[in-house]
Amino acid sequence: MDFNDTPQEAEFRAEAQRWLSDNAKPRTESGGMMAMFAEAEGEGGNRGEAEWEMVRQAQAWQKRKYDAGWAGITWPKRYGGRGASIMQQVIWGQEEAKYETPPNIFMIGIGMAGPTIQVHGSNEQKDRYLKPMLSGEEIWCQLFSEPGAGSDLAGLRTRAVKEGDEWVVNGQKVWTSGAHYSKWGILVTRSDPSAPKHKGLTYFIVDMESPGVEIRPIRQMTGGANFNEVFFKDVRIPDSNRLGAVGQGWSVAITTLMNERMSIGGGGGMLGGDSGLSDVIKGLGKVYVNGRPAIENAAVRHQLARFMTRFKGLELTGYRTLSALSMGGMPGAESSIMKLEMGLLAQQMAAFVMELQGPNGVLMDSDVALMEAMWQQVYLGVPAIRIAGGTDEVQRNIIGERVLGLPADVRLDKGVPFNEVPTGPRTATV
Amino acid sequence: MNFAFDQDQLMMRDAARKLLDDLSPMSAVHKIMDSEESYDAKLWQAMAENGWLGTAIPESYGGSDLGYLELAVLAEEIGRHCASVPFSSSIYLAAELIKAAGTEEQKHKYLPKLAAGEQIATVALAEQGRTDLDGVTAKVEDGRLHGEKSPVVDGLCADLLILPAREHGELSLYLVDLGQGVERSALHSMDRTRKQARLRFDGAAAERLGGSGEAGRHLDAAYDRGAALLAFEQVGLAQAALDMGVAYAKERYAFGRPIGSFQAIKHRLADMFVKLESARSNAYYAAWALAKSPDELPAAAAYARLAANEAAAFATEENVQIHGGIGFTWEADPHMLVKRAKHLESWLGGGLVWGERLLGNAA
Ligand SMILES: Cc1cc2nc3c(=O)[nH]c(=O)nc-3n(C[C@H](O)[C@H](O)[C@H](O)COP(=O)(O)OP(=O)(O)OC[C@H]3O[C@@H](n4cnc5c(N)ncnc54)[C@H](O)[C@@H]3O)c2cc1C
Repeated sequence: MDFNDTPQEAEFRAEAQRWLSDNAKPRTESGGMMAMFAEAEGEGGNRGEAEWEMVRQAQAWQKRKYDAGWAGITWPKRYGGRGASIMQQVIWGQEEAKYETPPNIFMIGIGMAGPTIQVHGSNEQKDRYLKPMLSGEEIWCQLFSEPGAGSDLAGLRTRAVKEGDEWVVNGQKVWTSGAHYSKWGILVTRSDPSAPKHKGLTYFIVDMESPGVEIRPIRQMTGGANFNEVFFKDVRIPDSNRLGAVGQGWSVAITTLMNERMSIGGGGGMLGGDSGLSDVIKGLGKVYVNGRPAIENAAVRHQLARFMTRFKGLELTGYRTLSALSMGGMPGAESSIMKLEMGLLAQQMAAFVMELQGPNGVLMDSDVALMEAMWQQVYLGVPAIRIAGGTDEVQRNIIGERVLGLPADVRLDKGVPFNEVPTGPRTATV
Repeated sequence: MNFAFDQDQLMMRDAARKLLDDLSPMSAVHKIMDSEESYDAKLWQAMAENGWLGTAIPESYGGSDLGYLELAVLAEEIGRHCASVPFSSSIYLAAELIKAAGTEEQKHKYLPKLAAGEQIATVALAEQGRTDLDGVTAKVEDGRLHGEKSPVVDGLCADLLILPAREHGELSLYLVDLGQGVERSALHSMDRTRKQARLRFDGAAAERLGGSGEAGRHLDAAYDRGAALLAFEQVGLAQAALDMGVAYAKERYAFGRPIGSFQAIKHRLADMFVKLESARSNAYYAAWALAKSPDELPAAAAYARLAANEAAAFATEENVQIHGGIGFTWEADPHMLVKRAKHLESWLGGGLVWGERLLGNAA
């Protein structure tokens, strides 16, 4: 065990620092990694000129990294990557986090679709999709969840029917982040409704500009509209866009979901960040609790220390997971710990920092609330972390069953033909 | 001992619920949220016509003098419906302060208008978000007020303001007509159905409310009364979140079964219920102390406040979680309850404030 960089790692870090300082501006203020969960109210997904400008800037930054070999540290060179180690990926993430960079809108592509295509794709598919994905030229979205299928993803009903060497797709997806600026989507469909639910699924790559694809924004509790509902009406997908065998869509989807959890819960980009509390502490000299600066209050100090400790535990657990990965492990159930704890911790921290601000705690005005209202924004954004990419409850089931080896829940839907599984009156539609 | 509301009070609750079901379903609250309106004027009018505003105002000042328990009954229904009205500012805080500190003349002048809903009053508790009185810099000179108060709940729609200010080195309460000499700017509250403002005064006429140097004493009591009554709004809100969560857990299926059949969800809802019932019991005690046993109020209000803050935060946050993706949307109701819970909590303070008040009073 050694918490310091090896000589090679130190050399790599220095190289990354050199390139970054030549190509980007250092961050002036830092909300730490919590800033990732914050969004100024109504800013995201408003589909106005500012959003398209954000997309262009994000693409330009991605292209710059790609050209210099920093975009896909762990990706094979053949697909535009650097062919380097996960540790180097982490080091890059730590250094990049110190600079002002546009939002990362490539996570679904590079973090989820890319690894899935690398495992399950044909050579033609890898050659066609991976480079423009990594360079940011083509953005990807994830068309998994449906009004009636979220946690129970295999309950999805978007139908794919084969016609000649094409598939005809009808149905609806929902909560699709970034669909409106994506070129491609990864799509799971039901190709055989009479097979048991996990058996009748087929996975595709779909061109979001295909006729019959309709994208409508859904507004979030933050006020923004980063996600969408996506309707499919007689959308034709060539069979050559199928990923994996017919009826094997579930195992392909599992590859995507493992990588999703990894990128939300434990991905390199999230590590090495500050909890944002050091800036809170700096601001607490001017925030009063019971007539004294909050930073002098013992209860406040105690609570901050508990949060900092939990955050540190999370960060270091992340490094341990990555160490295991770097020795050849697969992203596994450990990333459930990260995702679960991160969501809960961020919610509790945000609520506490709001409480400290007294009557200003509920205000979103950036010139009034501490740290430009970042914690208020985090508070409104964080329920997404507890829901998206597998809810807290699903993560706990994974920890219980796959890590601790507890007996699985009794399943009423196993082995039953999909069209005979009970469904309720409510599907989650807006 | 009888720890329950009586038959008349229950009838009153049913009537209040019916009126709010009719006039303030969640769809009406959504409308206010998406508009620039600072409150639901139609609902406010109906509350005035039905005598709600004067519930705890004596008959001689235009009220019905039914009492605090009756006011608490209304508060719970208002919270449960997430109603968008300045009821709490005008009634629990401002009217109560005028009752407690006003001269006969002031009571006759203001209370009938507040009871009739012809005027809306509010109380400015903070300057730049700071609520302790050492932070008060607003000044009164020759009957004219100078300074700034922020944030002020209902500061956009109020006609009348009560605030602490300094005059000759003494910290006293003042009444200010917001008609002129004030500059109002909207603040951007997370809860768009309870709007807030920053108020700047440059020479507005101010009349003293209560004795010179008595701001601290009066505000301290106002916090206790306000906390006791707001606790009922918080209990109502937590109840709404629980009801919403239970209904959804019965209807929503995953893995071939209702999600409420998963113990993760069932137990979460049970935990919400436990916190809610504890908050309700504490709120009842505070309402009784307010009505019948003022000496017990400071501790009872602190208990009620602490329990209500916790129940409302937990129930509203976890109701979002139980709804999954739909819970995160603007169109659905759960986020509105979360934001209202934060409004109610931040207004009179959270656990750090009320924990101290409790230990100072109950020990
Ligand atoms: C901001 C955001 C972005 C998203 N982006 C995307 C995207 O880009 N692409 C995409 O495909 N999806 C996306 N999603 C969807 C997300 O993956 C689903 O919302 C999530 O899987 C939950 O599904 P659901 O919303 O249907 O909730 P449900 O599955 O209906 O869950 C409702 C409740 O039941 C609980 N529950 C369900 N099953 C169990 C069980 N077995 N045991 C215990 N409790 C259970 C859940 O934990 C939850 O509390 C996004 C969601 C959000 C909030």
